Amino acid sequence: MAVLVIAEHDGKQLKTGTASAVTAAAKMGGDVTVLVAGHQCADAAQAAAKLAGVKKALHCDAPHYQGFLAENLAALIVPLAANFTHLVAPATGFGKNLMPRVAALLDVQQISDISAVDAPDTFVRPIYAGNVLATVRSSDRIKVVTVRGTAFDAAGAGGAAPVEALAPGPDTGLSKFNGQELTKSARPELAAARIIVSGGRGMGSAESFKILEALADKLGAAVGASRAAVDSGFVPNDYQVGQTGKIVAPELYIAVGISGAIQHLAGMKDSKVIIAINKDAEAPIFAVANYWLVEDLFKAVPELTSEL
Amino acid sequence: MKVLVTVKRVIDPYVKVRVKPDGSGVETANVKMTMNPFCEIAMEQAVRMKEAGVVTEIVAVSIGAQQCQETLRTAMAMGADRGILVETDVEVQPLAVAKVMKAIAAKESPRLVIMGKQAIDDDSNQSGQMLAALLGWPQAAFISKLEVSGDSAEVTREIDGGLEKLTIRLPAVVTTDLRLNEPRYVTLPNIMKAKKKPLEVVKPDALGVDVTPRLTTLKMQEPAKRGAGVKVADVKELVAKLRNEAKVI
Repeated sequence: MAVLVIAEHDGKQLKTGTASAVTAAAKMGGDVTVLVAGHQCADAAQAAAKLAGVKKALHCDAPHYQGFLAENLAALIVPLAANFTHLVAPATGFGKNLMPRVAALLDVQQISDISAVDAPDTFVRPIYAGNVLATVRSSDRIKVVTVRGTAFDAAGAGGAAPVEALAPGPDTGLSKFNGQELTKSARPELAAARIIVSGGRGMGSAESFKILEALADKLGAAVGASRAAVDSGFVPNDYQVGQTGKIVAPELYIAVGISGAIQHLAGMKDSKVIIAINKDAEAPIFAVANYWLVEDLFKAVPELTSEL
Repeated sequence: MKVLVTVKRVIDPYVKVRVKPDGSGVETANVKMTMNPFCEIAMEQAVRMKEAGVVTEIVAVSIGAQQCQETLRTAMAMGADRGILVETDVEVQPLAVAKVMKAIAAKESPRLVIMGKQAIDDDSNQSGQMLAALLGWPQAAFISKLEVSGDSAEVTREIDGGLEKLTIRLPAVVTTDLRLNEPRYVTLPNIMKAKKKPLEVVKPDALGVDVTPRLTTLKMQEPAKRGAGVKVADVKELVAKLRNEAKVI
């Protein structure tokens, strides 16, 4: 058996989901190879080679991998697949976009967003917004799998695998990358943060998110949001935690002014400790909270910030 | 131009899903079903494009049991011109959906296929990307903006750190994210009109597609419940608990 992990990276560094995907890959058995494809990504390839458990890093550099277009990356990965029993990627925006295209070209039914590896062909995955865990067995020759990052520990440093250059695949010319508008933030990334402070509709305005930011800065935390807060325009949509946003599992999740709809709970209920602050004593969020406080958030949050 | 829109019939997202006692699946008897919310957004997008004069015909497609006709009637009440039901009682997994849609695209020759980014039941997030792969078309997954001009489309995609812009060549497959639009409600007169719109029923065999599942579900179970939490009286007590009991700060 041999596993190919498709690395998500920004050219310089690996994104956090990649190291978790390597851990999941190691559980599937066999040698783990990591593919780092992109434009000007030599540093990321070096970083991949240093992950514990990695046998080899493949570095493929070409201008047409800028923007990580699924069409071009799939054309590179599919011919490689013959040498592997498993293709693995993080279940992030990157992996979700790319891997089904690869799977279909290989005539394989992908297994999305796994939270556990039971056997090389058997995986556990959450469905129905995390309300059900399904154990599924694949009958396909090659297993194409995306991995829920928060369900696996990140592989540490300490590896010393060789980096091998790989010739680029074709430029399909089907789509063109026109750039990104990234949300600028000095705080930790949501998916990787140890502590997350999240606000919901109860925040009332974009302005009042400042009190959450002050609390987050005090804790070194990331700021998240419910869909209601995003739809109301309080914060950009990449702040969204939930089934349709990011799935997080920090050590501490502080939910402020969030009622706790199924959609939101799916994104955060695997957090180690959950705190909820809400003035509605009947809010469903209290059912998953370790500690909850029934109080007006505009009083409780500044008080919490000054207590810390 | 002609667009195809896929619509899936799923358990209503506001229903608390229950696993059957034997772990073989989830309870669907007497459970409220509805159109998958991302498919509603896909339908809305198609209808707006028709209203803007960009689209000439909208064909809604659903795959599954006979009851999916209701979902197609809803799509037609929203503005689809006709519906196609690919009827099967087998559990249709995303690869099979993509193969069925490829066969339908071959018959219908759409310029654009609009699908939801994921279904809220199996949470796979695969079918659109798979269809694009099988057709050899470009894909734009998780879009929050779409503008068609001539032989290409400008799209904005939601990515983890923000937004991304692409130009894709047509024909193409796009999948909708939540923020693309707000779907309209269907009105009673439109529900009545939808009953008269054509609805074709075909079987996967007639399309030459094998829909046999590749994944076998061994069991389903509910995730471990979280322990009952504690209500604290004030912020001071909360901080004390976090420091001394949970030890997370």
